[in-house]
Amino acid sequence: MLSRAIDFLAIWLIPVLIVAAIIGSLWRRVNLFDRFIEGAKEGFNISVRLIPYLVAMLVAITLFQESGAMEILAYSLAPLLEWLKVPVEVLPLAVMRPLSGSASLALAADILERQGADSLIGRIASTMIGSTETTLYILTVYFGAVGVYRSRHALPTGLLADLGGFIAAVVVCRVVFG
Amino acid sequence: MIGYLWAALICLSILTAAIRGDMAVITPAIFTAAERGVKVAFGLIGTMTFWLGIMKLIESSGIIKLLNWALRPLARLIFPRVPEGGPAMNAILMNLSANILGLGNAATPFGIKAMEEMQKINPYGTTASDEMCTFLALNTSSITLIPTTVMALRAAAGAANPADILGSTILATFCSTAVALTADRLLRKKVKI
Repeated sequence: MLSRAIDFLAIWLIPVLIVAAIIGSLWRRVNLFDRFIEGAKEGFNISVRLIPYLVAMLVAITLFQESGAMEILAYSLAPLLEWLKVPVEVLPLAVMRPLSGSASLALAADILERQGADSLIGRIASTMIGSTETTLYILTVYFGAVGVYRSRHALPTGLLADLGGFIAAVVVCRVVFG
Repeated sequence: MIGYLWAALICLSILTAAIRGDMAVITPAIFTAAERGVKVAFGLIGTMTFWLGIMKLIESSGIIKLLNWALRPLARLIFPRVPEGGPAMNAILMNLSANILGLGNAATPFGIKAMEEMQKINPYGTTASDEMCTFLALNTSSITLIPTTVMALRAAAGAANPADILGSTILATFCSTAVALTADRLLRKKVKI
């Protein structure tokens, strides 16, 4: 039942949203194609702007794996990870996620390539990225914008939410794709 | 912070290689990984280009307004002390709707606007108000239905259906938002102003 609903969303959401966007824009007499192109122009720049982050993080995480450091980490955390059913490969991603959006995307790219996009680990990594946010960046931007510098419980709340998202990603993916 | 992590990854790796007598793997790994960084970025271009175009259409289609209307009762429940129909509530709704639709670039200006409006009714000056913390809890927990970049990454990595993680992402997002709102409520009383 749950995985049927999830499959349904995965198949229908994007096509329905595209049709709704087109019909809504037509109805409001927006210059449809010009608007589309205006947005689409950004695609190249945004992708290319990721290159420094991707190179920096892919080099670091590749070294971490090739040198055997990842194995040592996996070995030393094995009992805990086993108990939580968390694959060790997503651990660096979980640590990086609240700190940097681009860097965590790079780590996810590495997982997708190494483990395969359709592997369970690949799907867990994708779900993790999608269901959490770059907590530190958001706090900095939003509180910084209004000159609030005592953020009270906002940081622990954001980090707990990230943790909740990670655990949920592992559990949901194991149930749906496992 | 991220600098330290990056430095730690690299230094620990090289140290490990040295101890294991495996230094020969380091230099070739750097070259191939750097090359891959560029390949991944170029793999993203197609999906990103198309979806950013669609995102512009979503912005101009009025879907956000529709979502605002649907979210209003929920927002009233979450932000009981933000005046109904005022500029703060409107900015909050715009930000939440834009986030849900995955319009990150559109969501940020609305979010900042919402913070400015909440700052006007903030009795504590440079300390965050309860409403601000709740608003940031929602934003940091992510409530996105369409994770654009992840789908582009999956497409670039050869996924059979790059969007097949939409359902699991939405479910996990609900969990992280539930955790955020609960933590916000519980911690609120524990932290002095």
